[in-house]
Amino acid sequence: MVERNAKGRVITVALAGQPNVGKSTVFNMLTGLSQHVGNWPGKTIEQRTGIYQYNGTTVHVVDLPGTYSLTANSLEERIARDYIIEERPDVVVVIVDASALERNLYLVAELLSLPIAVVLGLNMTDVAEQQGVRIDPHVLGAALGLPVVPMVASKNQGVRELVETLDRVIRGQATFAPNRPEIRLDHRVVLAELQRLVAGQVPDPYPEDWVALKLLEGDEEVTGMMRERLDGTHWEQAHAILKRHEDAILAVAGGRYEWIGRMVRAAVTRPRAGQVTLTDQVDQVATHPLWGLLLLLGILGLVFWLTYAIGAPLQELLDTYLVQAGAGWVRETLASAPGWLVGLLADGVIAGAGTVITFLPILVIFFAALGLLEDVGYMARAAYVMDRFMHLMGLHGKSFLPLFLGFGCNVPAVMGTRIIDSPRARLLTILVAPLVPCTARMAVVAVLAPLFFGQAAALVSLGLVGLSLVLLAVVGLLLHELVLGGEHVAFIMELPLYHVPNARTVGLSVWQRMVAFLKKAGSIILAVSVVVWALSALPGGDIETSYLAQIGRLLAPVGALMGLGWQMMVALLTSFVAKENTIATLGILYGAGEGGRGLGQALAGVLTPSAALAFLAVQVLFIPCAATVAVVRQETGSWRWTAFSVALLLVVSFTVGIAIYQAARLAGWGV
Amino acid sequence: MSMSAMPLSTLSPGQVGVVRGLAGGRGLVSRLAALGFVPDAEVTMVQNFGRGPLIVLVRDTRVALGRGEAAKVMIVRRGSSNGRAEC
Repeated sequence: MVERNAKGRVITVALAGQPNVGKSTVFNMLTGLSQHVGNWPGKTIEQRTGIYQYNGTTVHVVDLPGTYSLTANSLEERIARDYIIEERPDVVVVIVDASALERNLYLVAELLSLPIAVVLGLNMTDVAEQQGVRIDPHVLGAALGLPVVPMVASKNQGVRELVETLDRVIRGQATFAPNRPEIRLDHRVVLAELQRLVAGQVPDPYPEDWVALKLLEGDEEVTGMMRERLDGTHWEQAHAILKRHEDAILAVAGGRYEWIGRMVRAAVTRPRAGQVTLTDQVDQVATHPLWGLLLLLGILGLVFWLTYAIGAPLQELLDTYLVQAGAGWVRETLASAPGWLVGLLADGVIAGAGTVITFLPILVIFFAALGLLEDVGYMARAAYVMDRFMHLMGLHGKSFLPLFLGFGCNVPAVMGTRIIDSPRARLLTILVAPLVPCTARMAVVAVLAPLFFGQAAALVSLGLVGLSLVLLAVVGLLLHELVLGGEHVAFIMELPLYHVPNARTVGLSVWQRMVAFLKKAGSIILAVSVVVWALSALPGGDIETSYLAQIGRLLAPVGALMGLGWQMMVALLTSFVAKENTIATLGILYGAGEGGRGLGQALAGVLTPSAALAFLAVQVLFIPCAATVAVVRQETGSWRWTAFSVALLLVVSFTVGIAIYQAARLAGWGV
Repeated sequence: MSMSAMPLSTLSPGQVGVVRGLAGGRGLVSRLAALGFVPDAEVTMVQNFGRGPLIVLVRDTRVALGRGEAAKVMIVRRGSSNGRAEC
């Protein structure tokens, strides 16, 4: 139609595919750094869009969430199909894994029941060939009636051909006469009846035949929609039919797989079964209940070693040469400026920006490790091995890795929950993640525990870690039962074939997560830092008379229950910017030098051992740093859940603190 | 040869079953069906330690299932995966 003037044409292409088919790689190859990462409107699922130009056409590429089907089983599936039905992209490219072609064609069968143009990207043909599976793309294309493009996206093969094919489809030069799947004979009459019942009653962009089919499948969303749209008698008739055919989904799905069988019959030659693949060999160890656990611990040990060997020194360098130097420079340059301005810039702005910057090395390492493990295909194995333990808390095996990363830093832990597909399990993981004691908190414990407990410090530190983990399990279980309704999390997970990681895919995933952190969390951290500085400096410029001290005095009654004075409460409050601030604040309030020795004597004078223990416990369990709260907000997409998370941790930490102090008093220990 | 249907979770590693039906709620059935667990589909047990989750091969895909989920897939047993008849 628009053929005569191809110049300046703009079209939209949606990328669909099941999980683990290399769809992100195709997307990255097509769009490169033109990508924009955001969220689907009103959802917490990541939306990636990008642009490329070819032959005078600007092509907007929308990466749909990876889905096995288009039934409303999950948020991802709803997003993918709503997008296709409501936004009507010009073409849908469906990427399929050639090494598991039949299962992958299930999504194609679903897509073909919608009135859209479909191009099939037959990816991972190299993996299929390694397994002796040969697919003739022309024969497959002829059977399906679609353009089929063989690809090895990880090696940048076939991407150009895909772009050319898309161009031909857009210009109407490619054959598109799809062979659409039909329902099994035994359900054809029922489907026709449903079609008759919904005729003329289906709201706009939804195709009638598709709605009838989804009703028969028992799709919750479509059923709800038609219950509202149909009048009483029509709905009752439809409902009666659906009741009689409750298991129709098996007939529909079975029909699709029969259709798939016919489609691939001539196109695919496969070897005799029974050969042992590399994936099988690696999985002998990786999914073994014992060896798999040891392997997982080894890998995690390596990640932490890297963090300490590379991340921590880098962090220190950045702190010394960028943050401290910057603050020093401000003080020097503005020596004649008013004190509050210097304070605001050096202690508020630069300290806040410094917190953000010093997070970067650790985040890069963690995100790279996460991206790499995911791209290789190992992540699913880690989830499998840990599932039995995580299940005890109502969590999914996939929750384990992000939580474990929390020992390093809670920020990547919260951001890492993106690998969990169930939104509920993901929310639960985000809520319990701050209960994992991060290095910054343990660093504070490492400084304070010897001051309070001398020789027993190591034991106390270990006890605090144990306490955190027990609480994590208890809180996880309670939240699962009370807040999230105790729903059993079904464990069904594909274990993808292992493959060589793609540097571009891993690199881009690190890049995107870093940008997200800097953009969203960065500004919140900066703001919190400035606010806390202002509270500690106003009105008189002296922390003892500041608003912060007044808040601390307000909290004194709670503190008294734990044997803590208002100064200790202020120290907890300042730890909100960064956990390390606890020590600096105590130093200022108790008038000790930064070294800590003077502080030890000062604290010993005001704190009983039981109060000291309560303080350490509260400090470990207290609301996480501003960076973590910021990413909780970012990842849940909700201030309500963020507030809930903060309130939860306040209640948990104070309850534990009070319990420890009061129990110790009752037992007559350390008073 | 004909046997009554039994849960998938009773297969030992290497054994092959043919799906007869799915029990369980609609959501679970729909998810399993999409992955290829439909009547007449062949399922090979890959790993099963008798407790905890297990791994099966269905339509060229390794799928990890919770024991509870696997118990809802009803199968009849076939010979072992290397083609030799069993029992």
